[in-house]
Amino acid sequence: MIGIVDYSLGNIQNVKNALDKLGYPYLLSSEQSELESCDTVILPGVGHFGNAMQAIESLGIKDTLLEIAGSKRIIGICLGMQLLFESSSEGNREGLGLLKGHVRRMDTPFTIPHLGWNTLDSGYKSLDGRDVYFIHSYMVTEAEDVIATSGYGTDVPAIVQKDSIIGIQFHPEKSGAAGLEILKNAIEGGF
Amino acid sequence: MIKKRIIPCLDVKDGRVVKGVNFIGLRDIGDPVELAKRYNEEGADELVFLDISKTQEGHDLMIDVIRDTAKELFIPLTIGGGVSSVGDIRQLLGAGADKVSINSAALRDPGLIKTAADVFGSQCICIAIDVKYDAVKADYFVFTHGGSKDTGIRAFEWIEQCAALGAGELLITSMDHDGVKQGFNTVFLKQAKELVDIPIIASGGAGDPGHFIELFRETDVSAGLAASIFHNREVDIEDLKYKLQDEGFEVRLI
Repeated sequence: MIGIVDYSLGNIQNVKNALDKLGYPYLLSSEQSELESCDTVILPGVGHFGNAMQAIESLGIKDTLLEIAGSKRIIGICLGMQLLFESSSEGNREGLGLLKGHVRRMDTPFTIPHLGWNTLDSGYKSLDGRDVYFIHSYMVTEAEDVIATSGYGTDVPAIVQKDSIIGIQFHPEKSGAAGLEILKNAIEGGF
Repeated sequence: MIKKRIIPCLDVKDGRVVKGVNFIGLRDIGDPVELAKRYNEEGADELVFLDISKTQEGHDLMIDVIRDTAKELFIPLTIGGGVSSVGDIRQLLGAGADKVSINSAALRDPGLIKTAADVFGSQCICIAIDVKYDAVKADYFVFTHGGSKDTGIRAFEWIEQCAALGAGELLITSMDHDGVKQGFNTVFLKQAKELVDIPIIASGGAGDPGHFIELFRETDVSAGLAASIFHNREVDIEDLKYKLQDEGFEVRLI
């Protein structure tokens, strides 16, 4: 069973659609007992880092995520990936701190947001060269566990992985067949 | 580097895709979900649905269409047509839209752009702008109602204002070029893109692959949008993308 963390922010309908398409059962919850019953927990998210952390803290989800982080697979998508890190300059707030690194506004000569299809550069054959759909203005910096990047005037961390924790900056649920395959691999044990 | 996007646009009326011939005598093209699946397979980078229903029933049908489409379509979906409030946007995003396109309502109340961007994030707020050239005034103006109503607002001013208010993207249609199939309005689009940092989707005038090559060569817009030439397979999306790649543009090939 997959648990989608429900903190009433961001559009989760398309994550649900992708899991339906891939054939995984899921539940949507903010309750510790329910999320603990899942093998994999997906932390979705679109929007503002500060607002998202505030919602996560006030619903008690932060403690839950920190408790289950050692025993469950956690997959953060887009803002959900950024929340896994130590802090963000968006709202000047601390994150979950499950991964080392800080989120900052993108420093690039190109248009922000980084919006559209871009190519993954990775040492992993299943990821390298795949085109995926990004839409974000902030990115992870000083991260140690980056396994795929995408070039946009700077190397944008696209996938991070450390033990059972995976972060995906782009939207696998919006990245066509390549995205569904990457999401499946993340759920099935990582890269 | 970000790829140039190719976007089919589907005009949806009462749950069916239609093609307007000079805005009268709508012709039924097919089922939106089936067409969306076809475009997904053919390598479209994104889809735009424009709801041209006038009735409340039509809008309810549109929500069903979005829901059904989003279950099968794993590329970005933008919904426009009659979007006029935060409530509308919430409903469309909740049904599975990734972005909404706002046109007349933003002109009536520019504050809606800022409010919508604050609530949902700039990334999902696309402002659609229909532009016509006024030869007497030698300037471009914003029109509404399918190009029939002149707002008197200078297009370049409105474009800058939309970006300043927090629009995440602009969908600019040249009404003079729309349906003529003689190429995009690259002169206007080039100037427009120089004014703003946000991505622009160019619409109006595409008739063959050469027009997309010209668009991306002459301007820095992010995407080219067209409707009937894709629906009736005058232009094949995969073939178009190979032609763009041959010309040195980065595109997504599946």
